[in-house]
Amino acid sequence: MADVTLDHVTKRFGQTVAIDDLSLTIADGELVVLLGPTGAGKTTTLRLVAGLDAADTGRVSIGGRDVTGIAPAGRDVTFVFQQYSLYPHLSVFDNLAFPLRSPQRRLPADEIKRRVTEVATMLRIAHKLDNRATRLSGGEMQRVAIGRALVRRPAIYLMDEPLSSLDAKLRSDLRLELKHIQHDLGATILYVTHDQTEAMTLASRIGVMNAGRLIQIGTPREVYQRPANLYVAARLGQPAINIFPEGLIPAGSAPIGAKTVGARTEHLRIERAANGAANARVDWIEHLGDQNHLHVSIGDRKLTTLVDPATELVAGDAVALSLVDPLYFDGEGNRIAGGRG
Amino acid sequence: MAEIRVENVRKSFGAFTAVKGSTFTINDGEFFVMLGPSGCGKTTTLRMIAGLELPTSGRILLGGEDVTFNRAAARDIAFVFQLFALYPHMNVRKNIGFPLKCQGMGGAEVDKAVEDAAQLLRIDHLLDRSVSGLAGGDRQRVALGRAIVRRPKAFLMDEPLGTLDTEFRDLMVRELRELHNRIGATTVYVTHDQLEAMAMADKIAVMNHGVIEQFGRPQEIYDRPATMFVADFLGSPPMNFLSFHGGVRSGDRAVRLDAAEIAVPELREERAPGELALGIRPEHVRLDDGAPLRGTVFGTEYLGTTQIVAIETAHGPLKARLPADLPVETGENVGLSFRSERLSVFDKGTGRALASALYAGGAHG
Repeated sequence: MADVTLDHVTKRFGQTVAIDDLSLTIADGELVVLLGPTGAGKTTTLRLVAGLDAADTGRVSIGGRDVTGIAPAGRDVTFVFQQYSLYPHLSVFDNLAFPLRSPQRRLPADEIKRRVTEVATMLRIAHKLDNRATRLSGGEMQRVAIGRALVRRPAIYLMDEPLSSLDAKLRSDLRLELKHIQHDLGATILYVTHDQTEAMTLASRIGVMNAGRLIQIGTPREVYQRPANLYVAARLGQPAINIFPEGLIPAGSAPIGAKTVGARTEHLRIERAANGAANARVDWIEHLGDQNHLHVSIGDRKLTTLVDPATELVAGDAVALSLVDPLYFDGEGNRIAGGRG
Repeated sequence: MAEIRVENVRKSFGAFTAVKGSTFTINDGEFFVMLGPSGCGKTTTLRMIAGLELPTSGRILLGGEDVTFNRAAARDIAFVFQLFALYPHMNVRKNIGFPLKCQGMGGAEVDKAVEDAAQLLRIDHLLDRSVSGLAGGDRQRVALGRAIVRRPKAFLMDEPLGTLDTEFRDLMVRELRELHNRIGATTVYVTHDQLEAMAMADKIAVMNHGVIEQFGRPQEIYDRPATMFVADFLGSPPMNFLSFHGGVRSGDRAVRLDAAEIAVPELREERAPGELALGIRPEHVRLDDGAPLRGTVFGTEYLGTTQIVAIETAHGPLKARLPADLPVETGENVGLSFRSERLSVFDKGTGRALASALYAGGAHG
């Protein structure tokens, strides 16, 4: 394992700037998640680290060694793709052993067996080792695909939406297991997704990307609580953060220059109120089981917050809405105040 | 608009029975969701209501009229499929108006109906645009417009949002429900996504292996799942099950998991000693140093406002939804207590929930 650095990297495809002056260091043993919509440059960043694309300007180094001009095979990286491309004619064991049997490695058979068994146990597929790869469920196939990367000990694992083809339940199981394995192995991982839950739950640090640029990088807590700007604020949180003009809801002290307020559930206080004190109205309560969403109207704005399932509020109630240390943004959309710490 | 009744409907394909005797009523104006995994029989049921499949036995009534063997075209319903197909060479107005034109409606009348539909969907400013230049969401709205413009007795929808990415799907879920609130048409909606079902439905039928496991309001099904299958299918993360061996008597107010006595809603039936499971929703778990039931934290997932904490116990794994600011360390040994009035007890053999004071509060099964 080793740290990986991108230093002022730019990549163009024709007229399109795919990566715009990106600098990023992934520390040894860290799991960095790049989060952003399609076309943000996440996958291109992975491919630049892997050597599948060459940077136009800037440098890529792995473990202190400049690899900018080095071919993928010489970089000591492994790539896990969205689609698990297993060898259908091979057993699970042989699929997992495949990378270790390459001519450059020539590992002895008992060492291969030891590593394959160890990884299969970690991923809970040890009882399936003799099965054909095609006789597996989708979740098991993706475990094998991840396992095939894990049997090697590269400087960095590059993962491109490895869980996105799985259903919600499997995704949440594998997410937790992957994080555990990463921790146990001390693996360095650069992971790409457009799923905010995956980013929040897996990452040591999240890098939020948009239009080829790294907008903000920080721990999930930092990025959630202290987003650099409105774009980052809106990308994280379910329900999405409420964004409205300053002055809509009374607040103690808005800072000078504040034009826009961002308020999540924890920034809003809602109390049932008599007509005099009321400034908002409950539209409806959306029962989603554990997560109940309260929809309120204030002026011509609609806000959504989480509410206790046992709430006594009902549609039509007049309520007093006030702010508790919300986020403030200036005219350019940059956060200028708010956010604990 | 109309009530839909499904009576003892069965459907077999050769030796395979896809739907095993379903009976339910969808009230006039209700948004009804059939929820279940693939192969559970939900789409087959929908296709029988539409008239695209004929039942092997049983009856289907639309607005009181027996339509079991009527052809689809004679049923006055609109079917919205997973993949919206628009006519690329027509503009938005012509796409929406097409079904009415086919019925031979006059020009002025079509224009009026199209404009009404477009207003309901808030796409009236796009009427003269070409559909090929539209964003994904607006294309979806045009397709919906084509379904609502006929003002049919009922809408049938088969995973209409299945191909969209998460964020856009959330938006469309809201819009579909708001549209339903405005026009109030009886709607039957098929999905395998429990969040879509919880967010939109007035009533849900949870299906598994051709059988309706439970029928009821979303919150009722969530709070009082009739079976372990339903309990596991709803919720994210789903309900936790702690397995234990024991017997219970009617009137018991606690169950024993080894040394730990755990309060539960008063039980209303008995079981000879056997394999049982305590059902606990993640949001009903609390960390409690003094609690006799203990576990080891396996991992935490920070979600911003809340966090999901995975805990290994001697009775199985468990996930808790806790405030994000509560400090929890992986590897830490923690005590667990629960919101006792919200717990379920299941018979692991049959998978069914035991009757209790909680379940007596609402319709069961």
